[in-house]
Amino acid sequence: MAQATFEEISASDFFYRNRDIAGFTNPSRAIFAAIRELVENSLDAAESLKIPPDVYVRLSFEGEASKDTQIYTLRVEDNGSGIQPKHIPSAFGQVLFGSKYKLKQMRGTFGLGGKMAVLYGQIMTHKPAYITSSTGAAKIYSFKLMIDIQRNRPIILDRKVLINKEQWRGTIVEFSLEGDYLRAMPKIIEYFKQTALVNPYANLTFVDPKGRLYKFTRATTHMPEPPKETLPHPYGVDVELLQRLIQVTPYKTMPEFLKHHFHRVGDITAQKFLDFSGLSPSKNPKKLSHEEVVKLMQMLKRFKEFLPPDASCLSPLGEELLKAGIVKELKPEYVVVHQRKPATYAGHPFIIELGIAYGGEVPKKGSFVIYRFANKIPLLYDEASDVSFKVINAMNWRRYKASPDMPIAIVVHICSTKVPYKTVGKEFIADRPEVKREVANALREAGRQLQHFLSRREHVDKERKRLSIFSKYLPKIAQFSTTLAGKEKLPDIERLLKSVQKYGAEED
Amino acid sequence: MEQKKTKTRILERKNEVISGLKSFGTKLYDQLDQGVFPTINMPSRSTENINYDPVLRQFILGDKSVSRSARNIRHVKPFTQLAWAAMFSNELTTQRKTSTLRDVYYSAQAYEMTFTDQQESNNIITDLETVTGYSREDFNIFPEERSAVFGDLTIEYTVPGYEGRTMNLTSHPDGVLIGPALTSSEFAGTSADKVIAIEKGGLFTRFIEENVHRKHNALLVMTGGQAPRQTRQFIRRLHDELNLPVYILTDGDPWGMHIAMVIIAGSANAAHLRELNTPDAKWSGVWATDIVNYKLPTDPLDEVDIKRLYELQKDPRYKDDPLWQREIKTFLKIKRKAEQEAFSRYGLTYIVDEYLPTKLEETK
Repeated sequence: MAQATFEEISASDFFYRNRDIAGFTNPSRAIFAAIRELVENSLDAAESLKIPPDVYVRLSFEGEASKDTQIYTLRVEDNGSGIQPKHIPSAFGQVLFGSKYKLKQMRGTFGLGGKMAVLYGQIMTHKPAYITSSTGAAKIYSFKLMIDIQRNRPIILDRKVLINKEQWRGTIVEFSLEGDYLRAMPKIIEYFKQTALVNPYANLTFVDPKGRLYKFTRATTHMPEPPKETLPHPYGVDVELLQRLIQVTPYKTMPEFLKHHFHRVGDITAQKFLDFSGLSPSKNPKKLSHEEVVKLMQMLKRFKEFLPPDASCLSPLGEELLKAGIVKELKPEYVVVHQRKPATYAGHPFIIELGIAYGGEVPKKGSFVIYRFANKIPLLYDEASDVSFKVINAMNWRRYKASPDMPIAIVVHICSTKVPYKTVGKEFIADRPEVKREVANALREAGRQLQHFLSRREHVDKERKRLSIFSKYLPKIAQFSTTLAGKEKLPDIERLLKSVQKYGAEED
Repeated sequence: MEQKKTKTRILERKNEVISGLKSFGTKLYDQLDQGVFPTINMPSRSTENINYDPVLRQFILGDKSVSRSARNIRHVKPFTQLAWAAMFSNELTTQRKTSTLRDVYYSAQAYEMTFTDQQESNNIITDLETVTGYSREDFNIFPEERSAVFGDLTIEYTVPGYEGRTMNLTSHPDGVLIGPALTSSEFAGTSADKVIAIEKGGLFTRFIEENVHRKHNALLVMTGGQAPRQTRQFIRRLHDELNLPVYILTDGDPWGMHIAMVIIAGSANAAHLRELNTPDAKWSGVWATDIVNYKLPTDPLDEVDIKRLYELQKDPRYKDDPLWQREIKTFLKIKRKAEQEAFSRYGLTYIVDEYLPTKLEETK
């Protein structure tokens, strides 16, 4: 996104005019987007402290808006880190562009968090938002605010400070918005279910406008390692980022600049790169011409000796948690999970985690049920365009003894500092060859284990069937022959039945 | 007549059958009791194992045998069905009850031994015949009855409730049904000196009306098309026990000809059984040459008839016999066929007064 162009008008204004991009396309989509933005904020807020999240969402009916839409009040409470009082107004009342000098895996699809939701609510209802938050310290701060859209500023309508006797920590956001819950409902419920799957350590509660309670209880309190912040990798930069770095850098020479602003660049690598690119080491980065900046970017991409990014900036679920999530939400008879080693595409590290669930409550659909996740958020739209969908459908499943008419669900999770979405809608993953390969390899690995399971099952089934045939007929032969031979006592066939069980009978 | 001898024979056979079934059961029981999976061997009934025996003048099974083991997952069900069939047959035989193949199919269900279809249960009964060497009629399992006998033969019933009662087979002018009660009867006396088997009911009735049995001193048997096995066995008994020559009258076409042949030489389906055929019986007509000689009204042979003639020409039962070969050739030459009723063109009694005496003499 070429932000520089738009900073001329206010960022709030920009999103006001382009709210489709952020997912607020129509009344049903908007209500879904608002819930998900706030829930994801809450999850991030709890995870940053490594606290198992408790998120409570209530959507209540306020009144009719139009023929198809209603006004609802959305309230989202969490037990997350809370927000410093001085940041509260701008966190919700000002659309900001974070300066991305550092990178880590984050949920927020747009990095806008709840701001966009609040903005949308205000646009449609002209009502203020209520934000209450505490970091667990002595006081709780409560704000009533609106956004000055033209000037991109929060307007504080009211501010209260309460004594935090019970040392409550967390954030409560409440505001009104217009939407169509009835149409959005299936997606919203599905969203909670899948979010519960990929966050098995979270408690999620949702009360819908009809007062129905949906509760998703955590299966574990164990949490994945939070991601570490990391510098951008040289392969992943663009001209815009370079220019921002140049603007803020305190370093006066190229080696220092490279060393301090890029991931996995040290003295030697910096030196080698400068030799390769022909840029003078003594050059002050701030003095680079526009052409030189472009050249720098091209050279960074072309230089082969940068080390690949490490994955400490990623926070995958891990096999154990993924398994727990699948078991909890899908209740399968069998589950296999596999985590790939970190890989990169265009300088961005990523990890594929994959699970296959069989049987139990997994439905038989005539095709595999696919659950897609990116950075622990479910992707619910445009399944058929997703790289996983394509890879899954291109696999030769017969080799793994699996077929689409079996009750099989496939869970694919991609973690990355930059998820390779294909479109601005951010609902499906592009088929980048590196991602495709990783998904395919993960599928093969899990597929092999599924195959073992299915073969074993088939074998056990066959064995059981075989045994049942013998135990049905042998006693009858005994009975008939006893009668026929005019004997009194039945012959003892236990030994025969046992021998069939133990060694199996010969079959030709 | 040698009453005593025939009586022993019937009872003997019944006892043989019962002890045969019992020893089959004992064999299974002993194997189970010794802790081994019961196994049985029986001659294979596959086509390549069916041979024509020129000495016995019937089809017999060759040396190939098949083994059924209760240890084999695919055999254990038919094996159990066979054991059940043996037990069921044993009950029928000892209690002197009769039954049909259809009954067998349904009776199995009482033992949770459901057969998939009638064919499956029929096959099991055929297996039991093969294993024991007795025919299902010996086990009191009978097909639907449709053949009849008429003439001066006194029988003595052995069926429960009728034991010792006698009846003369001239007592009912429609003839007497050849059913279990009749076939299990002893022969207590006859004045007949021959048996005439007739394919069709119409002619059978005509013969009775025309007193053929008296004029020719004959027992008349109506086969009702292809003779049922029990009827073939009955004819055999008339021949063996009463020393009566057997003459067969059929339509003059390949099918009629073959009805006669099955009475004489048996069928491939019954290759595992003995004494269902009467090798000394004679086919007296209607021959293809009769059609020519008697200038009978005819129908043309159709395609199926001609195909059948070519098949029969190569059949081992026909192959080495000049009479049959001549008749087949004649059929193929004249490409015509005639029914027994065709003689009516010369008047209703012509067949009885003229044709029959001539042919009986000719095939004596």
